[in-house]
Amino acid sequence: MSFSTTQVRVHGRGGQGVVTATELIALAATFDGQEAQAFPFFGVERSGAPVVSFARISKQPIKTREQIYRPDYLIIQDETLIGDKNILAGAHNQTKIIINSTLSPAEIKKQLKPLSPKDKIYEKNIICTPATVVALEVIGKNLVNTVILSALAKNSSLFSLDSLKKAVRLKLASKGKAIVEKNLKAIKLVYEKY
Amino acid sequence: MSSTKKQFLEGAAAIAEVINRIKPEVVSAYPITPQTHIVEDLAQRVADNKSAYEYVRAESEFAAASIVLGASATGARTYSATSSQGLLLMAEVLYNISGMRLPVVMTVANRAISGPINIWNDHSDIMALRDCGAILLFAETHQEAIDQHVLAYKIAEFLNLPVLVNVDGFIMTHAFSGCYLPDSKTIKKFLPKRNLVKGEYLNPQFPVTMGVFGGPDSYYLFRQLLQKDLLNSLKNIKKEYADWKKIFPTPKESGTLTSNGLIEYYGSKKPALVIVAMGTICGTIKKVIDDYPKKIGLIKIRCYRPFPSVEIKRALKKTKKVLVLEKCYGLGHESPLKLDLSAALWGEKIDLRSEVLGLGGQDVTEKKITNLIKHYEK
Repeated sequence: MSFSTTQVRVHGRGGQGVVTATELIALAATFDGQEAQAFPFFGVERSGAPVVSFARISKQPIKTREQIYRPDYLIIQDETLIGDKNILAGAHNQTKIIINSTLSPAEIKKQLKPLSPKDKIYEKNIICTPATVVALEVIGKNLVNTVILSALAKNSSLFSLDSLKKAVRLKLASKGKAIVEKNLKAIKLVYEKY
Repeated sequence: MSSTKKQFLEGAAAIAEVINRIKPEVVSAYPITPQTHIVEDLAQRVADNKSAYEYVRAESEFAAASIVLGASATGARTYSATSSQGLLLMAEVLYNISGMRLPVVMTVANRAISGPINIWNDHSDIMALRDCGAILLFAETHQEAIDQHVLAYKIAEFLNLPVLVNVDGFIMTHAFSGCYLPDSKTIKKFLPKRNLVKGEYLNPQFPVTMGVFGGPDSYYLFRQLLQKDLLNSLKNIKKEYADWKKIFPTPKESGTLTSNGLIEYYGSKKPALVIVAMGTICGTIKKVIDDYPKKIGLIKIRCYRPFPSVEIKRALKKTKKVLVLEKCYGLGHESPLKLDLSAALWGEKIDLRSEVLGLGGQDVTEKKITNLIKHYEK
């Protein structure tokens, strides 16, 4: 007997902290008492190249190692990837798409082009978060991975905001207190404002 | 249950942490993807003055293996890690390490071999070295990798045999998962300091020759002894693993019927088909078994060399069909694990089939495994 598992796929570019994003998702979920797994698909590492990473969250131990082909959540960290047809692979009528963009869900829907007619996109499932705007304003750099996860915390029951903050504190600790505080401030801003 | 807290770690970080707690004296490596994070982590600890081992930067894998050979010959506890072409470059030295009966422990983050160039996972690298005289362990999960590294040192130093712990490159080394890490005190209880006997290691006060010449009248004796000791180590591996899990128990997986240092059996007691596999692919196979309408079993091989033939035969007693799934071709003939099973099951009425999959990082999906079961269970 298999239990339901929530699957998250994050798309972005090399250098944007895509792998860290899935690690944070899984770590935050473990703080909430869930089982979790995160793993990247690495291309040959180059800054700016498309990168994809995966996270699974479940109440039961996670055994499978296959990549994620039917995402429940799709996070798109870089709006310029919108033309990459592969990012929508396996999207279904429940898939929530969280995208770093200042555009509206209707405008995003128009630009997203599924690879196969089986991959579904619904406007009501698209969440636009101006993560770059917030990151530049609060963190001072275009580092959106923690910022966009605030939108995931808000629009899902995968993990609490507190657990996300705890995960960010732990993961970014080596980068210094100032960086941690800026990230937490950006997370709070997105959670409250968008 | 273990009193240590569950941690959420990258595979490479978990391995580096347990190695640090095992307290090697000399670490030497040449960085190669995908084991990189392990030795980067170990090098950083020395740079930060947080660990006491000597970290020797090598100019190649051949040098790194030679450095741990030399250090081990002086009685030091050593560590190295490599992958793919790096392992091939170590080949000559590895045969010497086992021939000289040195308890070197290494991690192999399994990766495909060129050409074409490919940095992703399969088992072609270690299969090329399967007869090098080392004990070969394979881990499915972070927890198994942690346990097997502690076990590796115990076995290596007790029997004077090298042990290579195999973990799937990227799929384990770069994946984050929950696991339990034993503290240094717990490890020390199981793994005391290396027992050095005067005259069995390099020490200027008690001169001794190592790496001797063996002519036609003696070479075969060395090889016979190595073969005998390797085969006999099966019982030590089983015993030491059981002892370790008593000292450091971790949550048991429901669905596992047999679990020891050599193999794990997962799934049905009366299976229509049993799959035999090694490494991370076993997790995906377990998920498929959980979901599949008919009764299927899995033998996960934890110890591949020496090969646990008796253990496997026992686990297959009620089976008529066996499907080997492995990540390496035996170019020009059958694949390695299939050959090993053919020998182990010779004379048994078992329909033995095999499929090679997951080469060079090709994703092994649940659907693929399900389709293979459907095809072969008939």
